[in-house]
Amino acid sequence: MPPGPPVGGIGVMNKSNSLLAVTNASQKFGEVRALDAASLSVGQGECIGLVGHNGAGKSTLVNVMNGALVPQSGQIAAAGSTARWDVAAARAFGLRCVFQELSLCPNLTVAENARLLHRADFSWGWRTAARRLSLAALDEVFPGHGIDPSRQVASLPIAQRQMVEIALAFARTATPPRLVILDEPTSSLDSGIAGQLLAHVRRFVDAGGAVLLISHILPEILESATRIVVMKDGRVVADRPAAKFTQDSVVAAMGSAATAAARQRNPTAAPADATPALSIAAKGGFAIHASKGEVVGLSGLAGHGQTELLRQLHGQLSPSWRASPNPGVAFVAGDRQFDGVFPLWSIRRNLTLSALSALTRRGLIDTDAEERAAEDWRTRIGIRSPDLGLPILSLSGGNQQKVLFARALLAAAPVVLMDDPMRGVDIGTKREVYAMIHAEAEAGRAFLWYSTEIEEMSLCDRVYVFREGEVVAELVGAAITEEAILAASFVGVAA
Amino acid sequence: MRITADTIRLAVPIIALVALLCGVFWLQPRAMSYNGLNLLFNLAVPIALATLAQMFIIAVNDLDLSMGAFVGFVACVTATFLNDTPLLGALILLAAIAVYAVLGVVIHLRALPSIVVTLGMSFVWLGLAVLILPAPGGAAPPWIRSLMTVKPPLLPMAIVASLLIAFVAHLIIARSSLGVLIRGVGGNERSVARAGWSVVATRAAAYALAGFFGVLAGMALVGLTTSADANIALRYTLLSIAGVILGGGEFIGGRVSAIGAVIGALTLTLAGSFLSFLRLPSDFQIGAQGAILILVLALRLGLDAMERRTKGRR
Repeated sequence: MPPGPPVGGIGVMNKSNSLLAVTNASQKFGEVRALDAASLSVGQGECIGLVGHNGAGKSTLVNVMNGALVPQSGQIAAAGSTARWDVAAARAFGLRCVFQELSLCPNLTVAENARLLHRADFSWGWRTAARRLSLAALDEVFPGHGIDPSRQVASLPIAQRQMVEIALAFARTATPPRLVILDEPTSSLDSGIAGQLLAHVRRFVDAGGAVLLISHILPEILESATRIVVMKDGRVVADRPAAKFTQDSVVAAMGSAATAAARQRNPTAAPADATPALSIAAKGGFAIHASKGEVVGLSGLAGHGQTELLRQLHGQLSPSWRASPNPGVAFVAGDRQFDGVFPLWSIRRNLTLSALSALTRRGLIDTDAEERAAEDWRTRIGIRSPDLGLPILSLSGGNQQKVLFARALLAAAPVVLMDDPMRGVDIGTKREVYAMIHAEAEAGRAFLWYSTEIEEMSLCDRVYVFREGEVVAELVGAAITEEAILAASFVGVAA
Repeated sequence: MRITADTIRLAVPIIALVALLCGVFWLQPRAMSYNGLNLLFNLAVPIALATLAQMFIIAVNDLDLSMGAFVGFVACVTATFLNDTPLLGALILLAAIAVYAVLGVVIHLRALPSIVVTLGMSFVWLGLAVLILPAPGGAAPPWIRSLMTVKPPLLPMAIVASLLIAFVAHLIIARSSLGVLIRGVGGNERSVARAGWSVVATRAAAYALAGFFGVLAGMALVGLTTSADANIALRYTLLSIAGVILGGGEFIGGRVSAIGAVIGALTLTLAGSFLSFLRLPSDFQIGAQGAILILVLALRLGLDAMERRTKGRR
């Protein structure tokens, strides 16, 4: 064995019971530091609970462990394996993953999915074998499940789909599972079924296997895990036996970094008699209010219903047939590729799109007015480009995002919805946009701002925290703290 | 047996086929015989094969717009090279299948839209066919001719061949590991890749199977018509797509059925005959054929919606 294993390669294991160890893994995606010298070692007979807020680096770390991502620096060492660590090596090692988004083939039956997932285990007569394997796996993890393995996955309710995926990950095949990574496995299971799963995790771990459990339900983690690892900003900030944690100390560890973001808003803003711009009843008993001049934040873990609420609001507030010159709502997309920019169009047309009906004379676009409007916003929001006629993709990501902001603000809509608009934007641009948002709010607009970054919530007058599609907390003014948002985002902490 | 979405999908084309068959028998009782049935469904055999070829492409979420031109090219090769110099002819057809596999690889690796690539290929196939056979002509190899005119006991050749083709294709797409893999790529490409399979090899295999069934379609067509022409099968492109969809397939998501595809092809062929028996002016026939297609698809949408409602209530 040559000294000094290569980056992303295999090192020699020295701890006897360690199965898989990631050491000092770092990974940057553009401006975002997803992993910052993170280390995690999983040993036999361990159930590790991994917690952290959005962008803490959990998913990136999981992708490094399962071989889908080779980190820019750092080492991965697997017990008894010297192959290059990639997806195939990880599978051969016995690493199985259950991802948060369901990853079965919906058009195939349960048994056919088993055939796909465990490729080496079948030959002639695979249909019977696959059916037996999936049935045995389901029986073992979820006794009394009542799932017929010859049913098509798409025809199963979502909870049963998740059960199938979990059971197939634990299935005993030619390469038995040694380390199972469960990413939010109980998100669509009811408590009884979730209990069955956690009991099986304990049995599996007692028999010498290892489990990495990611969950936003803290009692689940505290009950099942032997060790808890807390991540923040791409780093592992706490790594201790579970017995040394309480729910409050886990939350405290997640928010350990100093919150230096100075409060720019007057905490006593939004008087009770302010003109309401918007009010909608959300699931969970809270009504979401936004008054004119208010910046309202939507927080919580990503994917817990915030984007859905924004989309629903946008659908309700915008006309379905004819665009009006005075729209009621504007939308700032966060996923620029998905519902943001028109990649083939110029910066100008991307910017003025929302106000085209106001810039139209006798059915034709008034190009002079369009140009004036675009130039006006270019100076106001500071788009750095020599010529607005250039294609939008000539801009940096931050400047593209500014164009999307300008597009939303150009239409004189009283309500502006923002769907995590600061994703992957550099800090300088962020500051400029924050100032813009506050200036526009002063001028009487209402902002509804979903952000995955907790720090941004301190710039809001009022924050609603989402969990599992419901609003679970409403924080106003000085009550908006990182601790309060974290506590509400995770189940099991008294708010 | 539980009524699943798939049974409904398969039931619709069967209902449509039976209804059309009843209509034809009512209009023309003499069709209800060995020879009558053979005549009705004769031309369905190459269409069914082309539909199955299209099915393998649709199973991986792609679309082949060159199917008609390809079948025409194969027909020209069959009526010339395969008849005169069988070895060379067989080599050309094997090479054509290999080209299909390469297309699958190129489409996957370069992330090209299959529609554009196959549209381009359709001109290539058509051009090659015209080079081989500038004017209609050629002759069917005697063994293909006798195969297509064989008179099995009990059921006419067209029915027996359709059953056999459907059975073999069903084994490939629904029962074999490769078939599961092909449909898996259509259903969730990422999870197939995560499980350690090669998606590019799977797509190549799907395209090669499509090429293989396309070759069979061209050979069967020449066996029936005895001579070939470059433009002989141009309408097969749209017929094959319509057949797959009619038979319960979907454009994306890897939901295809071999049995459904064959029934879809039979239904399309029969719809043409039915309209002729109605003595509909030929000007209206294409439009009426389209109306039948829309009717059947509307029936399926209605059943789908009904199923979704009962599922939602549960």
